[in-house]
Amino acid sequence: MIRAALLLLFLLLPLRGVSAETEQVVLGLSHSRVAITARFDGSDILVFGAVKRETPIPDDRLDVIIAIVGPSHPTTVRRKSRLFGIWINTAAVEVDSAPAFYAVATSGPLGTVLSDTEDLRHRISIRRAIRSVGAPSELGDAQDFTRALIRIKQNDGSYQLLEGAVEVDQQTLFRTSIALPSNLTEGNYATRIFLTRNGAVVSHFETVIDVRKVGLERFLFNLAREQALAYGLLSLAIAIAAGWLASTAFRLLRNS
Amino acid sequence: MQIYLPIAEVSVNAFLLLGLGGIVGILSGIFGVGGGFLITPLLFFVGIPPAVAVATSANQIVASSFSALLAHLKRKTVDLKMGTVLLAGGLIGSAIGVVVFNYLKALGQVDLLVRLCYVVFLGVIGALMLVESLRAIRRARRAGGPLKKRKQRNWVHALPFKMRFRVSGLYISVIPPMLVGLAVGLLAAIMGVGGGFIMVPAMIYILGMPTKVVVGTSLFQIIFVAAFTTLLHAITNHTVDLPLAVFLLVGGVIGAQIGTGIGVKLKAEHLRVLLALLVLLVCGKIALELLLQPSELYSIAEEGANA
Repeated sequence: MIRAALLLLFLLLPLRGVSAETEQVVLGLSHSRVAITARFDGSDILVFGAVKRETPIPDDRLDVIIAIVGPSHPTTVRRKSRLFGIWINTAAVEVDSAPAFYAVATSGPLGTVLSDTEDLRHRISIRRAIRSVGAPSELGDAQDFTRALIRIKQNDGSYQLLEGAVEVDQQTLFRTSIALPSNLTEGNYATRIFLTRNGAVVSHFETVIDVRKVGLERFLFNLAREQALAYGLLSLAIAIAAGWLASTAFRLLRNS
Repeated sequence: MQIYLPIAEVSVNAFLLLGLGGIVGILSGIFGVGGGFLITPLLFFVGIPPAVAVATSANQIVASSFSALLAHLKRKTVDLKMGTVLLAGGLIGSAIGVVVFNYLKALGQVDLLVRLCYVVFLGVIGALMLVESLRAIRRARRAGGPLKKRKQRNWVHALPFKMRFRVSGLYISVIPPMLVGLAVGLLAAIMGVGGGFIMVPAMIYILGMPTKVVVGTSLFQIIFVAAFTTLLHAITNHTVDLPLAVFLLVGGVIGAQIGTGIGVKLKAEHLRVLLALLVLLVCGKIALELLLQPSELYSIAEEGANA
């Protein structure tokens, strides 16, 4: 009897796994590679897709969350305070990992389309995407530092929260456009799509947008890294040549 | 026209960079200052990361100073012999300065020290120059005749190892110029600038060199210091942005030529008043930053973003 029940359970397990993913994302990107050239001035990425399902559409409202995450780096946040009448950096918090770019687009207010526990599990909201465990214990207000980091990054457009920017059509088709700023860093930009119902994630899909410097940008970047001395001498040679050229040109101008 | 800078990893307007370079180039040509204390804050303002701004402006200074120096060489207003003596002292000074800088960095708060250095030195030098040159102008106006020569003999002339500096019209010991070079090199390495704004007044007031010769000689010295700094940054930090430097220096070299032209037309006392005002302006700006409450108390620094 027990054996039969166990067998039934084992048979049911994979079935449950399938039923959790009855809805799947079929995704399209306007481009999966972003080439940073000398004339690069930001780029709009069109993220669109459809929900593939073999069962009838559930009655609950379907919401879509799209998040694009740039490469993460440890970041130091410093705070100034007044000491002897002048403003100096007095406190610092090391944030273990903060993405250089982060955009979240949703089909409704983030608070309603995503529950807190799901947010915690998938690290979707900007607040959750930043990891900071190493805050010094003597600072009771370490949260202020993370908040300041988000505020500064939001003001310069590096972090974007686009609530209601995803259009969902007939619970099946969705699309949005995310503007990548001109101060883009190189790296892999993870693009994550979540389908949610009643705040719970029912399906998610992940792909990568490859952001790379190309051409002259690539060449100079590599040269500066690998042939530092040659690069430095080249910089000086250009400086000297430009100085000489301008001086000669002006002499000719005055004499003519 | 936007251009993406590969090392700074930001996209900025190319004409804005040309303009910035041009303005600093003009000042460089007029006053014989490298302009490092001007261009670096301006680049921060445009959104260039500080490390890249410091390294790249050093490269731009080489270009505009070289352009201006050539113009001065043509007018024979460069004392190469004096420049070499100053440079020798300067290189020793900057070597010591780098050691001091790294020591302070280990202690923390090096940024604050640099700012305080700026306020103190710029304030004192600017105020002294302003008072002296205004007095000179008033004296010249009252007399109505030629300007009375500044006192040429002081303690500087009582030292051994005398050398003749023909272009400057001086016959003095090599010790004072060496010491001046050393002090300036030391400060320049700590403050991260070419040191022109300290060098120029030191040459005028301590060594008693004629103002017209001072500018060209200062430029001669700055080129070497800035070139050394550029190489050091390129090798150790990889923070010299070549496209950024090219746009700045195209503006800079043209500006320097115009500036030299303006500088020749100005009277020496007027030149000193203007330089004093400029120095005081920058000093005031940095002092205000320290004294007023900043609108954003927090600042962020990404580590490894350029690694």
